[in-house]
Amino acid sequence: MSGRGCGGNLIIKTVSGFLIPFIQLFALYLAAHGDLGPGGGFQGGTIFAASLILYAIVFGLDEGREKVYEKAAGVMAAAGVLVFGGIGLLCMAAGGSFLQYSALLPGDVKTAYHLGIYGVEIGVGLAVAGALLLLFMKTAGSRDD
Amino acid sequence: MIELIAGKYNYWIYICLMMIGFYAIIAKGNLIKKIIGINIFQSAVFLFYISISKVRGGTAPILWENAVLYDNPLPHVLILTAIVVSVSTTALALALVIRIRKEFGAMEEDRIAKLRSDGP
Amino acid sequence: MALKFTLLFLLVVCAAAAVRMKDLLGAVIMLCAYSLIMTLIWTLLNAVDVALTEAAVGAGIVTVLLIAALGRTGSREEDPPPSSLIPSAKQPADRHPSSLAVVRCALPLLAVLLTGALLVYGTLDMPDYSAPASPANLHVASRYITDSAPVTGIVNFVTAILTGYRGFDTFGETVVIFAAAVGALLILGKGGKK
Repeated sequence: MSGRGCGGNLIIKTVSGFLIPFIQLFALYLAAHGDLGPGGGFQGGTIFAASLILYAIVFGLDEGREKVYEKAAGVMAAAGVLVFGGIGLLCMAAGGSFLQYSALLPGDVKTAYHLGIYGVEIGVGLAVAGALLLLFMKTAGSRDD
Repeated sequence: MIELIAGKYNYWIYICLMMIGFYAIIAKGNLIKKIIGINIFQSAVFLFYISISKVRGGTAPILWENAVLYDNPLPHVLILTAIVVSVSTTALALALVIRIRKEFGAMEEDRIAKLRSDGP
Repeated sequence: MALKFTLLFLLVVCAAAAVRMKDLLGAVIMLCAYSLIMTLIWTLLNAVDVALTEAAVGAGIVTVLLIAALGRTGSREEDPPPSSLIPSAKQPADRHPSSLAVVRCALPLLAVLLTGALLVYGTLDMPDYSAPASPANLHVASRYITDSAPVTGIVNFVTAILTGYRGFDTFGETVVIFAAAVGALLILGKGGKK
């Protein structure tokens, strides 16, 4: 993994630059459709992290680090865990037990479940994406680092 | 005898895969080869577990009008968690291996043991 | 059926090749191929969520992490040193080198064969493959299948169980992957551009 990336290979740079937004869109689609088909928070978060790792591999590790990936990755990971725990505590504050979504909206159980599960999926996706980005940034580097 | 083999040969193939991974963990000296062996072993165990959930004539565990029988969704849930935990373990093990390389300059288990026993 | 046999055979070949290769970069590529064939097998076994996760995580992230680590450490496995089994004896000049290799492999091979035989003996008691009345499919799983869609309104049983019925396990798993990232941060230090 060198700091220069792919050394200016035009085909790889063009194709990756074109594809990365679509990969991120696909990741958001998977995260949002977790309850309608296969998918969910983990898959979405992993593919989001994969798109940013692709950027770092193609355009250079130093440039990837420069675009505040390391700090942002750490903040994303911690925010994901806090969102998950926060929703659980919110259910407790609303009167139920930890992560009992039906306590959020006492009248409408199905909407409460949908809202709770959406929030939890977002939390899981953020946590997984941030953690995997952080792990990649730490493990990659040159031989004498 | 034939029904015994026909009902169980899947499990035996998965056990074969597990043993290939296990051999890599205990017999190979290179640290990264051991991590590859751990990955192979874990994946084979997941395969064994999910094969328990398969039901003859069942479909994927998503609600569908034409479905008569569903596969058991519970092992899928447990293995989803297990896959994410396995990638966490692999990543942490790789961080340790990189640190060991920085400290000792060697990647083989016996050479590292000799360097530690010779000592600073 | 023939497809499943072919895929399982390819899986064993990929695993054996990944373990045998001395060039570690080749071994990591074989591990990536192993993950991809595993994804196909999950799809054949109707485990669609697991297949998606294995494709993203196994064939994507683990391969990239392993290749990044190989770039930092060195990508060639070395031969075992000849005197590792007899540490204090001097090497006689006429000792045949390949017999030492056999002796070095014999003990792990014995342990592996013994464990494999015990596991096969254990599977003789298990219910047959894909039996509908096996104990794993009877108790709580049937309740999840019949009750989850009317009560929670979520069509995918796996998501309903993962985030609803067993949400606490998912919370633990999120904390585990966060802990792995924090652990790697502590082990490898702040680093970065100096």
